[in-house]
Amino acid sequence: MAEIYNIIIIGSGPAGYTAGIYAGRALLEPLLFTGQEPGGQLSWTTEVENYPGFPDGVQGPELMKRFRDQAQKFGAKILDAKVDQVDFKVKPFKIWSAGAEYQAQSVIVATGASANWLGLENETRLKGRGVSSCATCDGFFFRGKDVVVIGGGDVALEDAMALTKFASSVKIIHRRDCLRASDIMQQRAKDNPKIEFIWNSEVIDVLGANSVEGVRIKNIQTNQETEIPCQGMFVAVGHHPNTDIFKDQLELDNIKGYIVVKESTKTSVAGVFAAGDVHDFQYRQAVTAAAAGCKAAIDAEKWLESQN
Amino acid sequence: MPEIILTDKNFDNEVLKSAVPVLVDFWAPWCGPCQIQGPIIDELAKEVTTAKITKLNVDENQAIAAKFGVMSIPTLMIFKNGSVVEQMVGLQQKADLKRKLQSLA
Repeated sequence: MAEIYNIIIIGSGPAGYTAGIYAGRALLEPLLFTGQEPGGQLSWTTEVENYPGFPDGVQGPELMKRFRDQAQKFGAKILDAKVDQVDFKVKPFKIWSAGAEYQAQSVIVATGASANWLGLENETRLKGRGVSSCATCDGFFFRGKDVVVIGGGDVALEDAMALTKFASSVKIIHRRDCLRASDIMQQRAKDNPKIEFIWNSEVIDVLGANSVEGVRIKNIQTNQETEIPCQGMFVAVGHHPNTDIFKDQLELDNIKGYIVVKESTKTSVAGVFAAGDVHDFQYRQAVTAAAAGCKAAIDAEKWLESQN
Repeated sequence: MPEIILTDKNFDNEVLKSAVPVLVDFWAPWCGPCQIQGPIIDELAKEVTTAKITKLNVDENQAIAAKFGVMSIPTLMIFKNGSVVEQMVGLQQKADLKRKLQSLA
């Protein structure tokens, strides 16, 4: 008979680890699965400038290591493994990871969101050969080269700024005629002489035999197609929630598949809570995810008490 | 066996002339996902006996990274008899790597 945990937390971004800290301090001995990317999206960033308490900024991976250490310090058991399947229709809830079964009285889902790709055939073919979703990882390989960034949010502009350290030119290709990025990032990007904007355009193909040689774009107002020579294409076109394993288990919104929460962090199944980008498509910040993780742990603790 | 640290200088001997398959982790200190991949490679090195497990810092060894067309990190490559038999871009799980190396042994 498998051990029955009070709380299993799925996910290791700010929401998951904060839930781990609070559940640990409540002496609930939580078990936390990190998933395939411990630390989540912040592990892919460099400088985080807006997390309170770090006036000089902090590196994303460093911040997440601190979250993890803090959760561990208060008794969270952390497994660097991915959850493959869940059954929330039975009590206790069942979770499977790497062939083993785990049981829990309550579950906090904090599996976050992952970056979208454009979904073009040649984009997939040229991944790692000029197509990238991690400007901070790969900018280095584009020293003196011309690159394009696809997207118009904060991530796209941060990527563009990071790339100007290496590339000779950075063109930001965006479907609209204005940006949804924050004002401070817009100002920085517009002030940067290496950055140029191409508005109202979407990428319809990625060109190149063995590595990226250019992109074909279409102006969505005039339908005119143009080729832009470049050696790198960085994609920053939003995120999708990591909810595949919860499809038949929890109520998801029918547009993008985010978990639907009611009364703060409660999902459609009593005893299962959700926190962070997996349900929040509005704010999507490290600090809001951390706050949601805290709320989910407190909600789970109250729910466990009510069951006894 | 601990992993072997590769450089532009020892690459030919350690990788291309190796009698057993060699896994190379192309990484750099500034890359977040590489920081996650690193400890996975460390563990793999302790568990795998039929292949050589190695790491190459692309920042300090740009010639080899350029020679093999690395434009994204982490990139993992498996070499056998001096040629690339497998190339993986992005974070890889230990179990998958183990399976791939075992199939080449």
